[in-house]
Amino acid sequence: MSATMSAPSSTSSAAPALLDLAWRRIGKWGGLCALAIVLVSLIGMPVGLDRRMIIEGRLSLGYLALVWIPLLFGYLVSKRVVLEGVETPDPGARDVFAGLCTGVLSGLGPVLLILGIDNFNLRKPLVNWGPQLLEQLTFGRGIGFGVAAWFGICAVLGLLGSLMHVLSKDVRRVVSFVAYGLLFISVLEAVISDLSEGFGLESLTDAMYAKRGGLTVKSSVILVVVIGVLSILTKGRVKVVTSRYKELQGEERKRASMLLFSGVAGLCIVLPLFLGKIMNELLANVGLFLLLALGLNIVVGLAGILDLGYVAFFAVGGYTTAVLTSAESPFFAPELHFGFALIIVILMAGLTGLVIGAPVIRMRGDYLAIVTLGFGEIIRLLFMSDWLKPYFGGAQGITNVPPVDLGFAVVTGINPRSVFYMVLVFCTLAIYVSWRLQGSRLGRAWMAIREDEQVAEAMGINTVNAKLMAFVVGAMMAALSGAVLAAKVGSVFPNSFMILVSIIILVVVIVGGMGNIVGVLVGSFVLIGVLGGPRQPGLLQEFQSYKLLIYGALLVFMMLQRPEGLVPSARRSQELHQEEFLQDAWLKGEDHDLEEAEAAEQATAGSGAEGADGEGDPT
Amino acid sequence: MNTEATSSPTALLEFRDVNTHYGAVHILKDVNLAIFPGELVCLLGGNASGKTTTLKTLLGMVTPTSGEVVLDGEVVNHRSISYRVANGVTMVPENRRLFKRLSVKENLLLGAYLRKDKDGIDSDLEYVYELFPRVKERINQKSGTLSGGEQQMVAIGRALMSRPKVLLMDEPSMGLAPALVQQNFELIQQINDEGMSIFIVEQNANMALSIADRGWVLQTGIVVLNDTAEALLANPEMRAAYLGEA
Repeated sequence: MSATMSAPSSTSSAAPALLDLAWRRIGKWGGLCALAIVLVSLIGMPVGLDRRMIIEGRLSLGYLALVWIPLLFGYLVSKRVVLEGVETPDPGARDVFAGLCTGVLSGLGPVLLILGIDNFNLRKPLVNWGPQLLEQLTFGRGIGFGVAAWFGICAVLGLLGSLMHVLSKDVRRVVSFVAYGLLFISVLEAVISDLSEGFGLESLTDAMYAKRGGLTVKSSVILVVVIGVLSILTKGRVKVVTSRYKELQGEERKRASMLLFSGVAGLCIVLPLFLGKIMNELLANVGLFLLLALGLNIVVGLAGILDLGYVAFFAVGGYTTAVLTSAESPFFAPELHFGFALIIVILMAGLTGLVIGAPVIRMRGDYLAIVTLGFGEIIRLLFMSDWLKPYFGGAQGITNVPPVDLGFAVVTGINPRSVFYMVLVFCTLAIYVSWRLQGSRLGRAWMAIREDEQVAEAMGINTVNAKLMAFVVGAMMAALSGAVLAAKVGSVFPNSFMILVSIIILVVVIVGGMGNIVGVLVGSFVLIGVLGGPRQPGLLQEFQSYKLLIYGALLVFMMLQRPEGLVPSARRSQELHQEEFLQDAWLKGEDHDLEEAEAAEQATAGSGAEGADGEGDPT
Repeated sequence: MNTEATSSPTALLEFRDVNTHYGAVHILKDVNLAIFPGELVCLLGGNASGKTTTLKTLLGMVTPTSGEVVLDGEVVNHRSISYRVANGVTMVPENRRLFKRLSVKENLLLGAYLRKDKDGIDSDLEYVYELFPRVKERINQKSGTLSGGEQQMVAIGRALMSRPKVLLMDEPSMGLAPALVQQNFELIQQINDEGMSIFIVEQNANMALSIADRGWVLQTGIVVLNDTAEALLANPEMRAAYLGEA
């Protein structure tokens, strides 16, 4: 791509230079953009999300789902790869023109769709191919208006996108701050209203948001100004603070970390008091999945065992808790207290981890993934089967799992705040355990196995035992989560433990950053909190029907663009961009020894090549 | 073949009539080897001669079908790799094979995985740093970002961290530029001079024999030659087959 960009020279005069564009590149990106718009439309996002307002009366989430596409592609088309040592012309009118052309081209997408819907009936194969979509695409003002409007909108958006490269860095920062800020405040309407209610500031949010949702026009103007000013004020400050934190050494750093930690802890404890039921429920769900993800992070991230049947341990935790505490347990109902049950749950999880792990652990790579996938499904089917119905209740599951009576408080699903606090305790425990394990001898052994199992074995590591340990520790964390789920929901059903749960947790771990605790934290907040879990709604409830699509798209995007995850550990990102790193080091001549060794190797390789040439020449 | 004093009680590591099979295929056939303290010995052979199998059998990744593997006077045929590593056998794998995403220090510590004496580990770390000052500069760097020569140093350092009595080296010349091969062999000799017994498995016969005391030549699982390094270098049969001279 960069080759086609840099090919036209800048020697010709201004007017032809404007037309001297990388047309193939524009064609490609514009075409892709048009396709993306058509795809999103046909998936049904514009119609399905039209109810949710971003700015009252002006912009709905449905239109937003379309308009960000040309903006992004306009940005992408004039983005350049800056090569060291190669002079890159400053972005200018040409790039903006390229963005405009891309925009116009992408306008073909909605326009053709409008004309298509108007003239043909493809409702049978394409559910969303219908008058509703047409109405929306033409803004309810007829075909002609729609066609003209889309060309115009896409052209302007493409232009704006590419304009981002031309603007100075400071302006770009303010603009993106304002855009993200507005979006953020509008999307998080539910949380913000909930929070302000807790603090007794309803009047503020009532003024900010319209009755039927979305920001009012007036408040969005005010917000633009406020966010803009804030972004100018904070410019450079954040970087200074983080770099100062990074420069801290030894004791001081420890103290700063402790301060940070206690701040976060305090927030976790205090904040739920001000939140309403829905938000607390959401936080509790995030916690449940965080617990699962932390366990899977040990198995996949540290030990490198791709376990796709992780949900099995979640199920074991849930069912063990239900059997031990519920009075309705069909076969064996000791009605233990949750605390006692928890000990048995953890033991059971460890045992199941051993039983499932022992045969599986000797396999490698793809085989292991497939076999674990099978085991995950087998466990669910066993719980659902008629054969075990007398023990586990079959498809009806086990109901009436009692709330957790702690003496001073009762943890029950009716009061999500209590559930959140319980999850918080378990998550803290799991984070501490993960953190300690990472730096331990066992953690090192896991990482060695992940890197090179054979050599790890040659170092004297008992790889089978170490991998089993990873399996067992992961299983215990999953079972804890399962136990909390049982107590929270008050019942367990086989269908709560679908294979989808495994996949979603895996996505959380991958998107957050494998082998990285902070990454897993961020991953669960972003994915479970915003998009929602397999059955739990997230902040963007409107996206419920597109959740899996977004999960999939996100996974593909991350794998292609940022395999180290949202919050990469320094280790992962360095390894994944190792070649770039080596190249940089070589180019900058930072590393003299490295350069020398490399040069020596190259010299010998070069002389070898010369030798071959010399032999070839005479003949 | 059994002319040498293979049953000498002082041998550190020994093969007594070892046979191994992969499935039904007979790999090593009545192989006898002995490594004595302080020696630098090499096992030469072409592809598919059984060199790597010999190493794997010494370390315990392969169990012999008959014969005995003796470590420090004890028959260890059915002992685990961990046991053998703990009792003084370590391998520097072919192509270095460091744990690339882990730091140099973590690599070194993994070499000492079976040891529990923290002070000993620390002093051995210092020893490795002293041996390879260039490694010390990079202890926190990911080992995959090191140059080939530095990686070789870390690989040897990692093996030394287990405080071995015998160092097994699988094809130390593999994948290195000629200049680095030379450097590497000088390094091996240096470690041997400090008293470490070393067993090298190599295809590069010239290089290996130039520093070794004794050598064996393996052909399709049979030891065909067994002599001192000088004698092997002078052996016309040897010169024809492995040293590239007609």
